[in-house]
Amino acid sequence: MELHDVWFVLIAVLWTGYFFLEGFDFGVGILTKLLARDRTEKRVLINTIGPVWDGNEVWLLTAGGATFAAFPEWYATLFSGFYLALLIILVCLIVRGVAFEYRAKRPEEKWQRNWETAIFWTSLLPAFLWGVAFGNIVRGVKIDKNFEYVGTFWDLLNPYAILGGLVTLTLFTFHGAVFTALKTVGDIRARARKLALQVGLVAALLALAFLIWTQVDSGDGKSLVALIVAVVALVAALGAIQVGREGWSFAFSGVTIVAAVAMLFLSLFPNVMPSSLNPDWSLTVTNASSSPYTLKIMTWCAGIATPIVLLYQGWTYWVFRKRIGTQHIAEAAH
Amino acid sequence: MAVRHHHRLPLPVRPLTISLAALTAGLQTAWVRTEKEKYLRATKFWGKLFLINIAMGVVTGIVQEFQFGMNWSAYSRFVGDIFGAPLAFEALIAFFFESTFIGLWIFGWDKLPKRIHLACIWMVSIGTILSAYFILAANSWMQHPVGYRINKAKGRAELTDFWHVLTQNTALAQAFHTLSASFLTGGAFMVGIAAFHLFRKKHIAVMKSSLRLGLVTVAIAGLLTAVSGDTLGKVMFKQQPMKMAAAEALWDGQNSAPFSIFAYGDVSKGHNSVELSIPGILSFLADDDFNSYVPGINDTNKAEQAKYGPGDYRPIIPVTFWAFRWMIGFGMASFIIGLAGLWLTRKKFMLAQHLRVGDDEVPNVVLFKNKTVGPKLTKLYWLVSIWTLGFPLIANSWGWIFTEMGRQPWVVYGLFQTRDAVSPASPRARSSPR
Repeated sequence: MELHDVWFVLIAVLWTGYFFLEGFDFGVGILTKLLARDRTEKRVLINTIGPVWDGNEVWLLTAGGATFAAFPEWYATLFSGFYLALLIILVCLIVRGVAFEYRAKRPEEKWQRNWETAIFWTSLLPAFLWGVAFGNIVRGVKIDKNFEYVGTFWDLLNPYAILGGLVTLTLFTFHGAVFTALKTVGDIRARARKLALQVGLVAALLALAFLIWTQVDSGDGKSLVALIVAVVALVAALGAIQVGREGWSFAFSGVTIVAAVAMLFLSLFPNVMPSSLNPDWSLTVTNASSSPYTLKIMTWCAGIATPIVLLYQGWTYWVFRKRIGTQHIAEAAH
Repeated sequence: MAVRHHHRLPLPVRPLTISLAALTAGLQTAWVRTEKEKYLRATKFWGKLFLINIAMGVVTGIVQEFQFGMNWSAYSRFVGDIFGAPLAFEALIAFFFESTFIGLWIFGWDKLPKRIHLACIWMVSIGTILSAYFILAANSWMQHPVGYRINKAKGRAELTDFWHVLTQNTALAQAFHTLSASFLTGGAFMVGIAAFHLFRKKHIAVMKSSLRLGLVTVAIAGLLTAVSGDTLGKVMFKQQPMKMAAAEALWDGQNSAPFSIFAYGDVSKGHNSVELSIPGILSFLADDDFNSYVPGINDTNKAEQAKYGPGDYRPIIPVTFWAFRWMIGFGMASFIIGLAGLWLTRKKFMLAQHLRVGDDEVPNVVLFKNKTVGPKLTKLYWLVSIWTLGFPLIANSWGWIFTEMGRQPWVVYGLFQTRDAVSPASPRARSSPR
């Protein structure tokens, strides 16, 4: 395995980490409209992700930075080609970050309601758009011989990619609902379980369709294994939430995300961004990668830093492991 | 006009984030060590302002990182092998640190032991400084590329010595200058907010400690900013003579070059029509020698034409010239106001007994030992402190405009020009007439 293959795997891992972690906090953001009945419950929901969403988002930053450093051509084609889609995601992430911090800064109901609406939409849109983006990456887009994307924004909204978007949207909502059930007590926990079942069923059907489509289009033996793992884990997650085993359900919904992302990357390899115009113009792990020296340095850095990051991020989840209920929200602290 | 840009989207928030993190950490340390209530309240107060600020930190980090690919894809292809690494390091080491520990700090007040909670804010502070260092190393490489070779077959620059990129003198000087300017910014911010509260006689004990901490920060950071600015200037005279000649609107090279207080240049004619200057100072700034030769804009342009082929290698002179002056002017004004404040609000030194006040009283504004400056001037003092809160921030912004605009038409000095850097699909490229 050469270093550029290692980095292909590492970038897959970073995206997996991002979708696993920010997946549930996008989901919780969406639940603020679907699940919470009043301001206190919204506060409970937001508090479940309050200490961690910022750290979760850094996985995206790292995935982006790692792509830039390890595969500059991929980074340049992807980020300039998907300009508008990424701009929308960026605006959402900015507004979302500000909304979390500013929401509690003033007590008026209208102020808080506006920020809550912002949290809902800025969680929903990226959750959908990431699926669209990855659908397009796997399917291939119009890339010319200079590695420039020559399609338009509307080319990105094809049925396959939109299906991908709906999969991430429902899957993240499910993941968030299970997380909520795991992190809360009382009435909201019971309703989160119920909602998780409903959303999870829809997610399972969409994911099955999307993954089979991917497998038929560009899969091989390895990706088939990942597909099966993803589907089995999703069914297990649904079963676990049905019988009230929230921890197991969350673990399984996590496995689903890991396996689904793994499947996408497996069907992508050795391409990183296939061209739909001419296979010779596809970006691959070899023609898009950095020099061996840069990859070596990056490997050292990632090898040392990643375990440490996992350690202290894990510690954060341990510190805030207690469940939250409406009784923990002081009247004044809305 | 050609496409001009600077790469620093997070520019207005970052200096404040860096310094407020450290200052808040300092206040919390004071509380943990002395257990004085006022330090706890100060920690919470400044922590809140810091949080409003850092909310923008990670998200602007993402913007900064994405925009290279979105708007500057050709540039990203050319330098990604070098430029990507510090950005990835920044994300892996600094941003994870910052964003994870900030979550622990905000929500961990009653969940973590006191000292571990304190350690969290210091971790955040270290994260902000590391992050600044990596991004400045990347930026310095654009100012002065080192540790690379050009791969003609692939049409790109490739990294050969990462350590050199991280530790070259441009990076060190720029980090020293930018970090001290950050603390000048945070100090002046603290002074301004504290003065506002003292002026209205609110939260006196907390704000008095904050005022003094802010003033001391301004004084020390202001001095370091000046020293490091001088160092950075000397580095640039050697590495980017055009930028420094443009900073002075020095059209023709000369011995014992002057420092212009004011000049009005005419780019098309290549000389200054009005000028007011002090002889010798520029030579001294460049080379520690009042008599040494400093090359001018015209000479440097000719030299670069000989080196890089035909073309115009001049940045927009008036912008560079004035940005340089406004950077120094606003920065030094803030430093002087800080020094004055330190003297005027002193607690003991050369201050008559009856003018000394207790912890819960607004300090007297005292110029001479025995007498306050009177109610009118006292009021004026507080107002000036409030008004000048943003001075270093303005200086910072002009500093970045200077350093990025002064490098034009290059994105990477001597290697890659701005007009070649944009993405074919980005709106900038479409609207660019060049």
